[in-house]
Amino acid sequence: MSPSSKDRLLVWVLRACAGLSGAIVLLIAVFLVLESLPALRNVGFARFFSDPSWHPARYAADGAYNLAPMLAGTLLAMAGAVALATPLGFCAALFCHFYAPPGLARACRRLIELLAGIPSVVYGFWGLVTLVPLLNKVQPPGASLLAGILILALMILPTIALMADGALANVPAEYLRGAAALGLSRSATIVGVVFPAAKSGLFTGVILETGRAAGETMALLMVCGNVVQVPKSLFDPMRTLTANIALEMGYALGDHRSALFVSGLVLLALIVALAAAAEWLSKGRVYE
Amino acid sequence: MSGTDGSTFLRMENLGLAYHGKPALEGVDLEIRRGAITALIGPSGCGKTSLLTCVNRLIDLVPGARAKGKVEFQGRDVLDPRADLFALRKRIGMLFQRPNPFPLSIRRNLELPLREHGLRDRAELAATVERTLRDVALWDEVKDRLEKPALALSGGQQQRLCLARALALEPEAMLMDEPCSALDPLASGAVEDLIVSLRGRVTVLIVTHNLAQARRIADDVALLWLQDGVGRLIERGPAAAFFAQPKEEITRAYLSGERG
Amino acid sequence: MSRGRAADRLLALAVWVSVLAVAAVFFWILGSLLWSGMGRVTWAFLTTAPRDAGRAGGIGPILVSTLLILGVCMAVSLPLGLGAAVLLSEFAEAGSLFGRAVRRSLDVLAGVPSIVFGLFGTALFCQALGLGYSIFAGGLTLACMVLPILIRATEEGFRSAPSEYRRAAAALGMSRASALWHVLLPAAAPGLLVGLVLGMGRALAETAALLFTSGYVDRMPESLLDSARALSIHIYDLSMNVTGGDPNACATAVVLVALLLAVNGLAAWMTGRWLSRRVLPA
Ligand SMILES: Nc1ncnc2c1ncn2[C@@H]1O[C@H](COP(=O)(O)OP(=O)(O)OP(=O)(O)O)[C@@H](O)[C@H]1O
Ligand SMILES: [Mg+2]
Repeated sequence: MSPSSKDRLLVWVLRACAGLSGAIVLLIAVFLVLESLPALRNVGFARFFSDPSWHPARYAADGAYNLAPMLAGTLLAMAGAVALATPLGFCAALFCHFYAPPGLARACRRLIELLAGIPSVVYGFWGLVTLVPLLNKVQPPGASLLAGILILALMILPTIALMADGALANVPAEYLRGAAALGLSRSATIVGVVFPAAKSGLFTGVILETGRAAGETMALLMVCGNVVQVPKSLFDPMRTLTANIALEMGYALGDHRSALFVSGLVLLALIVALAAAAEWLSKGRVYE
Repeated sequence: MSGTDGSTFLRMENLGLAYHGKPALEGVDLEIRRGAITALIGPSGCGKTSLLTCVNRLIDLVPGARAKGKVEFQGRDVLDPRADLFALRKRIGMLFQRPNPFPLSIRRNLELPLREHGLRDRAELAATVERTLRDVALWDEVKDRLEKPALALSGGQQQRLCLARALALEPEAMLMDEPCSALDPLASGAVEDLIVSLRGRVTVLIVTHNLAQARRIADDVALLWLQDGVGRLIERGPAAAFFAQPKEEITRAYLSGERG
Repeated sequence: MSRGRAADRLLALAVWVSVLAVAAVFFWILGSLLWSGMGRVTWAFLTTAPRDAGRAGGIGPILVSTLLILGVCMAVSLPLGLGAAVLLSEFAEAGSLFGRAVRRSLDVLAGVPSIVFGLFGTALFCQALGLGYSIFAGGLTLACMVLPILIRATEEGFRSAPSEYRRAAAALGMSRASALWHVLLPAAAPGLLVGLVLGMGRALAETAALLFTSGYVDRMPESLLDSARALSIHIYDLSMNVTGGDPNACATAVVLVALLLAVNGLAAWMTGRWLSRRVLPA
């Protein structure tokens, strides 16, 4: 084969690889929509939010399809976990950059990387056998929104810390030297110089983690109690959209199954919206 | 001079080059004589490297670069989009300013392009490797470490290896972009001697900032100059006349700057 | 004491307290896992089949299934990801409409929740392609999931290969195909390796996407079309659905985490070795 025809062949093979890789997202969207169609047709979009409860059945007319409590559960766990993990993650990053001696900072980063790699099912398992019984002593049943928030926060904390660490590392050293030359205290430097300079990087990291929190399944499935209701307090059990899919997909049929794909579609829309927000923010960095 | 029969090896006609629409070279008319050493001189940024990369179409690797005009080689236009680049680059080799051996063993560095151009026979490969390494006076230094990484060689040895790698393909011409400027005086002298030894066998187009070197080795000289931010050919001619009686004011000033 | 000093101390206190608290919780998690799981991890546990729904016996078939799923995942995603990464990093097409569209869709893919991959896998691989609950279906689903990670790291690898290699190869009249294969691929190997490890880590850790693609069956798989249970699923099933399954779930969790650490350690070691073998120019 001549070199030029070899190259032409190569480019086409590579294009096929790239095209196929790029098409997966479209395939996902297409299949979710296709599988959702029966439910959207037979149940209708409005009923997913106006039905009295979630009692799905094979035929739309026999069941009730209110996804709202589970959407609420997803949003509550997500918001709680992000609110809890963000300051802690920032603290860990600040610690590595400004407070810890170099050796300790390195050990700390290693530990964080290790923790970021631990599977969610392991966090969920720990929550199930350790955290839930503890909470049960405070206020039964233990498996609750609070347990979900705590476990989810632990899970996303390492990644938030890593991203914040990266954002802090990108703050130009001149800024720090300039602040030191002005005789600013450390806290004033951090609040007044470091955070503004790293702002968009920190925001992007938090938003990406918010997306991960919204999509997390196993840990929440294992510690939240999975009762379909809007939790009235932190100690009430609840069920997220993701847990609902994992629990019912195994046996769901007909419109019930299709309704689960609808909830997947809702989830995907939520994630894409968050990703778009993250991109918008990171674009903003260019013009700042 | 020996081996230069005076026939034209390559002819540039109204050659121009633009990066992202911004011209870097314009209206270059230049003939390269077969077997001669042609030195290309001029201040930094006047487009010498750009000119070389038009000849072997390495500009294709630079996104946004567009050449116009004509580079006639063996009755064909090199700039023709349908030109066979692989054959062209086999016939016209190139040596860069910074030695750039592949991160492979010394032997693989030489064998890889040979295999690429169809030489598969093991004995023949080994013979070619030895012959070209002897050609560049590297054989005795590396014959016991052919399997060692080429990047472990000194800069001067690396540059000679790169020359050997190019010569192994038996090119008709070599383009050289300041091949000595990254080397110490001793290594630089060794490479310069090798270049001189190519005279008559291989046509050489060499860029150099070192006017003394140009005087020592060149048969022909061409001066590029920046005018209004665009590189143009100011003067060209046989080396002796070029240095003794430059026609252009710019050339005279540039050459006298050599001493000043 | 000035206000600045007071604020300094307050912030330092907050940072130290929160870091210590978080570190304590994590050591608690790792410690309690090791404490109650380590004792059960024996050679017999690793090699025998589970009995009594997993309460007794070991995880032999589950380890095998996990490795098979991982194998399918990597065998599919590696060539695909490498090809896409080469196109995006080595060819001018990265800036074209096609290249930008591919990149954008990979970014979105990276954020898709694993349960959605599970839904997709069950709809496409299990049903539309008729693979049913099987190792194939699970591996293919995971392959879709790890592609963005793999591609990003491999692209980094190719970017870090010096452009001089490309120019040198082109000037010698080598085709881009051979330049890629003989020169750039070895130079980009560390990036590829990092991607491989990250992807394997993600695949090993995954549970939700496998729930209804590879399934639950805990017998030794006989073919790639058999349903099989991965380690992560085993942990989930034992702890949620089997009363009295916690001790073995814990031991399985220890094995899974150890496996992940081993993969990471191996990669670090290999990159180190690779770097030290290469002699860089002075
Ligand atoms: N890849 C590129 N993209 C855009 N502009 C370029 C590129 N390469 C070179 N140029 C521009 O083209 C002009 C000529 O550059 P060139 O490298 O050919 O000069 P040169 O004569 O070789 O300089 P030197 O003696 O310093 O090597 C310069 O103005 C340079 O900025
Ligand atoms: Mg130059």
